[in-house]
Amino acid sequence: MNVKATLLASAITLAPFAAMAADLTIGFSQIGSESGWRAAETTVTKQEAEMRGIDLKFADAQQKQENQIKAIRSFIAQGVDAILLAPVVATGWDEVLEEAADAEIPVVLLDRTVDASDDLYLTAVTSDLVHEGRVAGQWLADEMAGEPCRIVELQGTTGSSPAIDRKKGFEEGIAGAEGLEIVRSQTGDFTRSQGKVVMESFLKAEGGENICALYAHNDDMAVGAIQAIKEAGLNPGTDIKIVAIDAVPDAHLAIANGEMNATIELTPNMAGPALDALEAYLADGTAPEKWIQTESKLYTAADDNQAVYEEKKGLGY
Amino acid sequence: MATTTPSLLKRITPQLIILAVVLGLNLLVFPDFFDVSFRNGRIFGNLVDVFNRGAPVALLCIGMTLVIATKGIDLSVGAVMAIAGATAASLVTDGHGWGTALIGALATGALCGAWNGVLVAVLRIQPIVATLVLMVAGRGIAQLITEGTILTFNNEGLIRLGAGTVLGIPTPIVIWLALGTLATLAVRRTALGMLIEAIGVNEASSRLAGINSRVLLICVYLASGLCAALAGVIVAADIKGADANNAGLWLELDAILAVVIGGNSLLGGRFSIVASLIGALIIQSVNSVILLSGMPPEFNLVIKAILILAILVIQSPKIGHLIYMLRASGPESLPERARPSAAPKEDAP
Repeated sequence: MNVKATLLASAITLAPFAAMAADLTIGFSQIGSESGWRAAETTVTKQEAEMRGIDLKFADAQQKQENQIKAIRSFIAQGVDAILLAPVVATGWDEVLEEAADAEIPVVLLDRTVDASDDLYLTAVTSDLVHEGRVAGQWLADEMAGEPCRIVELQGTTGSSPAIDRKKGFEEGIAGAEGLEIVRSQTGDFTRSQGKVVMESFLKAEGGENICALYAHNDDMAVGAIQAIKEAGLNPGTDIKIVAIDAVPDAHLAIANGEMNATIELTPNMAGPALDALEAYLADGTAPEKWIQTESKLYTAADDNQAVYEEKKGLGY
Repeated sequence: MATTTPSLLKRITPQLIILAVVLGLNLLVFPDFFDVSFRNGRIFGNLVDVFNRGAPVALLCIGMTLVIATKGIDLSVGAVMAIAGATAASLVTDGHGWGTALIGALATGALCGAWNGVLVAVLRIQPIVATLVLMVAGRGIAQLITEGTILTFNNEGLIRLGAGTVLGIPTPIVIWLALGTLATLAVRRTALGMLIEAIGVNEASSRLAGINSRVLLICVYLASGLCAALAGVIVAADIKGADANNAGLWLELDAILAVVIGGNSLLGGRFSIVASLIGALIIQSVNSVILLSGMPPEFNLVIKAILILAILVIQSPKIGHLIYMLRASGPESLPERARPSAAPKEDAP
């Protein structure tokens, strides 16, 4: 009841601001720009804020948690209306999140979650990594329609949660299908060059004609592997089917050129659902669910990939 | 100081044996390892991959050998690769030709090398710290050039440097073999190699002997920067894009390891570029074993560590001495007083 009263009180004090969205000020503590996807997330977040007339205060933490904590403290000191946080690590957030809670500033987590009590943040907007892998596996199972298929897998960085979860999901996705088996699985460290190097060794170890499909944990490795397949004199996309995850612009281009078959989008638009939830919360106190799952959209040759490519290439990927 | 062929062969015998053993391991996990075919206008096979994928470390270790011979170390080569690749990529995407891009990248590499050289030779900063500066800052610089993205390009000339062929042989192989030969001739057919060794053994006395150690040191770091730049261009050309975050990541450590496996002492002095290059091939052969074995990737680093440890233990001075003693106690013993070849550190005369 007490919580409800506080919520009501904050809703009332914030009501005039919420009524004029232009006056909303939101702080965004971003990890840094370690990947193209991250850069795109930053761009999209800024666009979403601008569209809604929100004043977004952006802080780049350059991959350091201490910078993020500093940024959050400064947001609190400036009295922002809400904070978006893309946490660089999972642990060590309790203290600063409590400070935000004491100041009655709602915090929304983007893309990753934290190991802290879930009443310390409003909600977390993330994708489901296992689900992404499952979509990829199911696509391949449907595509093969009962025919046997020897699959090679390019894993992400060994031990990283995307690599573990995307592997698990894919295995679940192909579990029901007869004759689909992963014959080789090796890490490509999420990079193009390692994707190419490891694919070269797959092609030699198994024989290119004995590989029916490639599943890569991200598009960059798939793009590298496509070059290796071409250099081995095979046709990527037809001789070897290729499915990967992330949907970066170059993957759309590869699908448009017929060199890749499918990609599952890890949307850079985490801010959209986050700001929707925040606006609703600040307007009338409707608390969102603790986890908002973003859509893992499947792109295949059936989509207009050239158009998506043109749309995405300006986002900073 | 010109190395004659028999003594060179003697010098690199341990490395050749190790290479043969590791290649044998490859054959064990993959029976068709030595099969080489001609496919799609190029030679194709696992052995070709070892030479091709070993190119970046081979190029790096040419410069690294020279730097280490002066008792220095160059930690920045991985970052310089990223900078050079980014420079080349941004030049071709701005519409310049591949020649301009290559020259631009090499010039950037030379500049980075000269910067290291000045810090070490003029400001007298410890090499490990001096080059650490660029190792840390370099990736940031590369990211500034690519604006944080993977900068892709379609310039055929530039791509040929990494993914093309010369007479059916992948270009990177041709480049590192050529540069390796050129560098070996340059240091062994002239007094250059001896002068570099003199600095490594005792810089003060080399200066008293009339060697302009300051200029020579700067030149050595500059050469290392050039090698790194060439490696960076090849890596970028190979994937048709400059990846500032990952290009050359941790390769400085592989390059140093190649030099060490090549039997060169980190304390400077006598060196052999050929032995380092074989060291680079050994490292790539180890990587090849891992990839072909089909083991889960969790084991990659463990396998690599065990193999490298075994190689280094076999090469250690103690074991070398033991082998020498065992041989010396044999019947037809007491050959010329040779040191165990695994410890080629030359003390001051």
